[in-house]
Amino acid sequence: MAQAPALPTGFELPLEPRLPRIGSVDQVAVEARAADLSRRSIKREAKLFALDLAVRMMDLTTLEGADTPGKVAALASKAIRPDPSDASIPSVAAVCVYPNLVQTARERVGDSGVKVASVATAFPSGQSPTDLKVAEARRVVELGADEVDMVIDRGAFLAGRYAKVYDEIVQVKEAIGETHLKVILEVGELGTYDNVRRASLLAIAAGADFIKTSTGKLSSSATLPVTLVMLEAIRDVFEETGRRVGMKPAGGIRNAKQAVQTLVLVHETLGLDWLTPDLFRFGASSLLNDVLMQIRKEKTGRYQSSDYFTID
Amino acid sequence: MSEIEQRPDRTPVPSKWEYESAPESREIVTLEERYGVFVGGEFVEPRSGEYYTTLDPSSEESLAEIPQAGAEDVALAVSAAREAFEDGWSAAAPAERAKYLYRIARILQERSREFAVLESLNGGKPIRESRDVDLPLAAAHFFYYAGWADKLEYAFPHRRPTPLGVAGQIIPWNFPLLMLAWKIAPALAAGNTVVLKPAETTPLSALLFCDVLRQAELPPGVVNIITGDGRTGAALVKAEVDKIAFTGSTEVGKAIQRELAGTGKKLTLELGGKAANIIFDDCALDQAVEGIVNGIYFNQGHVCCAGSRLLVQESIYEPLIEKLKRRLTTLRVGDPLDKNTDVGAINSRQQLEKIQELVAAGKEEGAEIYQPPCRLPEKGYWFVPTVFTNVAQSYRIAQEEIFGPVLSVLTFRTPDEAVEKANNTPYGLSAGVWTEKGSRILWMAQRLEAGVIWANTYNRFDPASPFGGYKESGFGREGGRHGLEPYLDFDGAEASGG
Repeated sequence: MAQAPALPTGFELPLEPRLPRIGSVDQVAVEARAADLSRRSIKREAKLFALDLAVRMMDLTTLEGADTPGKVAALASKAIRPDPSDASIPSVAAVCVYPNLVQTARERVGDSGVKVASVATAFPSGQSPTDLKVAEARRVVELGADEVDMVIDRGAFLAGRYAKVYDEIVQVKEAIGETHLKVILEVGELGTYDNVRRASLLAIAAGADFIKTSTGKLSSSATLPVTLVMLEAIRDVFEETGRRVGMKPAGGIRNAKQAVQTLVLVHETLGLDWLTPDLFRFGASSLLNDVLMQIRKEKTGRYQSSDYFTID
Repeated sequence: MSEIEQRPDRTPVPSKWEYESAPESREIVTLEERYGVFVGGEFVEPRSGEYYTTLDPSSEESLAEIPQAGAEDVALAVSAAREAFEDGWSAAAPAERAKYLYRIARILQERSREFAVLESLNGGKPIRESRDVDLPLAAAHFFYYAGWADKLEYAFPHRRPTPLGVAGQIIPWNFPLLMLAWKIAPALAAGNTVVLKPAETTPLSALLFCDVLRQAELPPGVVNIITGDGRTGAALVKAEVDKIAFTGSTEVGKAIQRELAGTGKKLTLELGGKAANIIFDDCALDQAVEGIVNGIYFNQGHVCCAGSRLLVQESIYEPLIEKLKRRLTTLRVGDPLDKNTDVGAINSRQQLEKIQELVAAGKEEGAEIYQPPCRLPEKGYWFVPTVFTNVAQSYRIAQEEIFGPVLSVLTFRTPDEAVEKANNTPYGLSAGVWTEKGSRILWMAQRLEAGVIWANTYNRFDPASPFGGYKESGFGREGGRHGLEPYLDFDGAEASGG
């Protein structure tokens, strides 16, 4: 197993692979830009396009202590066929569960094309020894996960021990091999946009396939400005190295309107290339039904009662 | 074979996502076929008997016939204002004046959609801007000065402020209603009466504003609005007014100043600019790019304080220009009434020709031009957002005010050089500084010869903040407590130590 480059405490970023200068983020201006983009008016066909995309990009999530095989089985069925009354509605991208439920999810999604994502590395806090976190990540892959959503060690990050954060991501990446790695920054604990940018670049440098905003366990999560800051980091890396890193806002996106606003942000920051489930996901538990409701409204011109959409 | 076919595990990316058109409805605006001049609280036919047609610059469609007021109309308006001044407005309780200003502010808020649509229709600016910037700020100005109306003694302690009399006000076409608010609100708060001439190409929001004045039951004659071209303006300058406030070109400003020399009439001028927007290499880059875009493409660059000269530290030049060019490809140019439009129509054919002429000069002088791919509507007046790089300080596009969506990029090496280049212009209205370093912001602000300096933002306005120029950008301040002063006489001596 290759070792991560030895880095002193308090370093900024490894030079290899070459990354854009870290730079900084202006809070007022980034919030103004996000607010501006949120006022785009997306109607009719353009809206249907976005809603269909949102379904295909969704990581349908349940991360509760009370999760059971029954609950996850229901979620998997919903993921494969979100709206049984409308065959044109695509499957979602993945179901996202705790390690103990990976096998159930795996069996239930079968060969439908829906992926199984598992959280790992002492989710949600990440406050465990590195070897346990690495072992957990390796284990969830053995259990059948296609994608691993790991958390960074915010304690280390906020203490300025960036090397530890970096090193852990590298080790997890190695442990899971080709399996898709999403790195959760938990932006609500990072405190500033500057930190969000630094953590994004650090995670990308360490090998993240995706960067993800939040665990969903905090009230402050995937806001539009935070998403914009992360998209800009991804854009800078792409410009500098040609590498395409994915983005997953998670937590706080509860309705179709927020999903459409987020997609506008992606469209106008990274362009059409990122409008695919390969490079963009929504992590959400309650978003799907609102999107389905809006799709039906766009198609029929009428809102239907929530009783017509299954609760899973 | 496309990339997608080679990678069967990949989901194809969409080839386009076109936002559908989202036009704001015009229904809310009712236009008259022909307007009169607003004198003594009534629309009256102009004595001149002349009219001209005002257009929608995005389609060249005729909107209405507007009076070309002559000297006689101007004189009638001024005497209506004089009468109103002497018959009560100057002697009214200050709180009474505040009451009317508050009413106007509230009515503007209530009717903001109607005004926003009209402003975009007649001026070509995107509805997004008229809705989110022009209207809220116009109402805010009336609210702000309403608050001062009964506190003038506190604004200028021991100086016994008194109103001047009749103020003649001439405003430009770039922010028709907002400039009206900047002029009328402080004048009325200070106890003056007003004769205002809106710009020739954009009279409609001022004429609709007359309806607001009636709704607010403002006493007749306190505000009079006369329309017409430069001749009407010249007549107003010559008329029996006590003060002229002018916002517009430096050329006309100079002519007004010559005309008024020795007459005892007071004068404030808010003229052109060629502002430096200065980008240091430690700035927040993506946000600076937004600031640059907002600085020069906001309102099609028809902004006297536009950040039209971009000064970039050489060490950050390449990534910044790359980011800027990419950002320009996402600007949406088109129908001003579409809610997704970022850049609207050029205000008039005359202005379009001026922009075209200066851009041609820039190319000829050797600057490198960049314009994003852009489909422009066939009818109407349009200009693609443009960036010139490799611009030398001596080029016309670095010296002259273009007043259009055209940015000239220059570089600098050190803060001293940035200050030197920024100040090397006859103008001095505004400047922008982008750096994460607070001490450098203060250092720059002390040295830049500009009336307004924005740090890590651009084109941000607030009624409480004074606005005005150095050098050939004019004199006098609008906004804030400073904005009251040009509308007041002071006969009390400045007391020392209170």
